[in-house]
Amino acid sequence: MTGQRIPILQLGPFLLVSIQIDMDDQTAVALQDDLSNVIVRKGARGVLIDISALDVVDSFIGRILGTIAATSRILDAQTVVVGMQPSVAITLVELGLSLKGVRTALNIERGMDILRASEDESTTDVDDDDA
Amino acid sequence: MQNDAGKLLPEIVRSDETGLLTEWLKLQGASGVSRGTSEEDVREKSRDFLRGFAEAVQHGNLTDIDAPEWESVRQVLTDVSKSGARNGLTPAQTATFVFSLKQPLFTRITSKSNDVETLASELWTVSKLIDQLGLHTTELYQKGREEVINRQQRDILELSTPVVKLWDGIVALPLIGALDSERTQVVMETLLEQIVANGASIAIIDITGVPTVDTLVAQHLLKAVAAARLMGAECIISGVRPQIAQTMVHLGVELHEVLTKATIADAFAVALKRTNRKVVVTDRAAEAQRA
Repeated sequence: MTGQRIPILQLGPFLLVSIQIDMDDQTAVALQDDLSNVIVRKGARGVLIDISALDVVDSFIGRILGTIAATSRILDAQTVVVGMQPSVAITLVELGLSLKGVRTALNIERGMDILRASEDESTTDVDDDDA
Repeated sequence: MQNDAGKLLPEIVRSDETGLLTEWLKLQGASGVSRGTSEEDVREKSRDFLRGFAEAVQHGNLTDIDAPEWESVRQVLTDVSKSGARNGLTPAQTATFVFSLKQPLFTRITSKSNDVETLASELWTVSKLIDQLGLHTTELYQKGREEVINRQQRDILELSTPVVKLWDGIVALPLIGALDSERTQVVMETLLEQIVANGASIAIIDITGVPTVDTLVAQHLLKAVAAARLMGAECIISGVRPQIAQTMVHLGVELHEVLTKATIADAFAVALKRTNRKVVVTDRAAEAQRA
């Protein structure tokens, strides 16, 4: 079980993580490690985490998602969690985890739009500074 | 003794079915069982019941009405109690349907038995049997009422949580009535499901129809908003009436980080803006206004 790793795919300046299995705690911690390493190595600007296949999210996984987002932000990468199931959303709210500071989107496409939009914003900001 | 008891009943029912029916119907009329149902209906039900009753007693089983030979009798009783429950008859009225059969049976048994001992045992058997049937009817009546209540409760829950699509990617949830935990759960589930189904990025929760907003209701609302946000949809709360806004401030209820609007129209305007759309006045409308 310890060998299970979640693949991290690169999509241009962004990273895509699609969680297709029921994550145990170790896998989640491993993902957190891997992801922060890959963000630094590839200089990624955004991370999409697709959890549409997850039926169950416990408080630990919920917290890990929050930590991943916070870590990525420090490494200058936006995190968008996409495709959360209604039942999972209700569970997280009932657990008191509303993942403040994590951006969310209905599906990968919308998530990508959010990342692109914020990317555009930050580049125009830089241009403005130059001018 | 057991075999002797209940010997008269099958005979009476077989030989004088019509007489029994007439007398029974008269008693039912007097006690008001037939109120709310047509006389023919009652007559038909009573006839069916007596026929099934006659058949069942021929089998000699006068103690256990759960036995298969009582099936047709139970069927009639089910019909009677269900329709009674639906038509608003009281349990007593419904049970009288069966209990009013006692008198005609008793008079016939009394006239046919020769000695006191037989009479007593016969009456005891019949009385026990009718009581069982009566209890069965009451139980069924209760079940019928419960079904009605359950259905109404379900209807209310479903009626009160319609999620309507206002535009591509914009859904609205007009809330009507008090919000308790159970309803919030249903509201939340429907809202989230509809967000997925419509691919909505904005959900407007309209609370015009919510009579009071206290801390608990606010908490429920915030839960729904948080859950929708986790799915990637933004929520706008609209329809906050002036009094409710004041009450909320007095109670210290804060809907932080949630956009609130006075009317659903304002909320819709914001939603359109967020989805990069706008409503324009067409030339023709402008002309009409000028004219």
